[in-house]
Amino acid sequence: MKFMGYRRANGQIGIRNYVLVLATSVCSNQVAREIAEKVQGCTYINNTFGCCQIGSDARLTTKTVINTALNGNIGAVVVVGLGCEGTEPTYVYDEILKTGKPVKMVTIQGDGGTLGALAKGAEFAREFAQQLSLQVREECDISELILGMECGGSDTTSGLASNPTVGEASDAIVNNGGTSMLSETTEFIGAEHVVARRAITPEASDAILKLVRDCEARAMALGEDIRGGQPTPGNIEGGLTTIEEKSLGCIHKSGHAPITGVLNYADIPVNKGLYIMDSPGQDVESMTGMAAGGAHIMVFTTGRGSPTGNAIAPVIKITGNKQTYNKMPGNIDLDVSAIIDGDKSIPDMGQALLDEILLVASGKQTKAETLGHKEFCIYKTAPTF
Amino acid sequence: MKKNAVVITDKDSIAVATMDLKQGELALMFINNESHEVRLKNDVAFGHKLAIRSISAGEHVIKYGESIGLATQAIQAGEWVHVHNVESERGRGDQHA
Repeated sequence: MKFMGYRRANGQIGIRNYVLVLATSVCSNQVAREIAEKVQGCTYINNTFGCCQIGSDARLTTKTVINTALNGNIGAVVVVGLGCEGTEPTYVYDEILKTGKPVKMVTIQGDGGTLGALAKGAEFAREFAQQLSLQVREECDISELILGMECGGSDTTSGLASNPTVGEASDAIVNNGGTSMLSETTEFIGAEHVVARRAITPEASDAILKLVRDCEARAMALGEDIRGGQPTPGNIEGGLTTIEEKSLGCIHKSGHAPITGVLNYADIPVNKGLYIMDSPGQDVESMTGMAAGGAHIMVFTTGRGSPTGNAIAPVIKITGNKQTYNKMPGNIDLDVSAIIDGDKSIPDMGQALLDEILLVASGKQTKAETLGHKEFCIYKTAPTF
Repeated sequence: MKKNAVVITDKDSIAVATMDLKQGELALMFINNESHEVRLKNDVAFGHKLAIRSISAGEHVIKYGESIGLATQAIQAGEWVHVHNVESERGRGDQHA
């Protein structure tokens, strides 16, 4: 299975060809966004952190910022820093430069304040955008593609129809040598034994069980019932009773392929195959982690309806709830409710989704892209100090 | 007759309604390709669950062939199954604080 993507000098492929205007902290977030909005062909991330963080939490933000820039959908990067933040602009710049990706840097303190940094950053972005516009799409194989799988605003149709549909598409990608990522550790609680059975090594199986144990312990430490947070009030209204039920539906997104390994949040997989990424169940933080992990494209199932996109990777929305599709046709790309009605099989809809993945990988805009949805939020593991 | 509920595995003690169903109606489903029917004791909305056999208080409620929680009271076949009669066993910091 082939699609038309962009080949990078460092051997990566991409399905989009963005200049990323990369804020290293909350203090440079607005300037970075204004540059990206000024220059055609840019994208930006909403980075509301990057300073006054400590230890593993600080390292997680810095890693996420850098790895986002390394995603194959990014053709060039303009780092925009304040100049004195914890996620140091010079460090971010150097780490990107090492990979051979074209990168420039401006700082607000070093380049004449807001207006100076805007002008210099916009000129860098403009030059990169013009260079990238010369690049043509070339044939790529599905084995080079990295899929991220997400579910949000779930109801019982998610577990019955849309998640198994994603599982079919994920299996097709993995069985053809590609890579797929399942995240949202919270949504393995009660289903971890089912997922762990599919790990290819005892180490990977233990790692899956440990991720879930640690996640549940963090929730328990708050001394509250996880219900209300998970499942959400909307999940419950949609018929989901417990986190166990939600999880058992969620894991259908990963199909039946063996699980190669476990990734920490925002880590880039070293091999191909199906991976589990440790992330919260919150959709935007979860997809941010997978985009930083290199996912070129996301498939997002929703029962209740969700508008969420991503700043780096196109997001294909699918629902198994006919009413939701009819209420939000401008947000949802694929309606698989025919499975619930018994008119189509899960493999039929899996093939339809795979066809859509290849079209979007070749340049078709998703509904979230056409509406400019660029959600992005970095997972925090400690308070800001 | 067209089915209006889904049972995922033959171990399951519940079905999921695939349309809004009313008390007194028959829920119609397949279990292992065999037709099965349950008379509803409550209204069950689209996407919500109904018991397809009696479930004792404290028994695991089974969907996808796995436990989705414990019944907090005895549940009869045809009853609506949700947060009022099932509770989670996981992430219960409220019980361990």
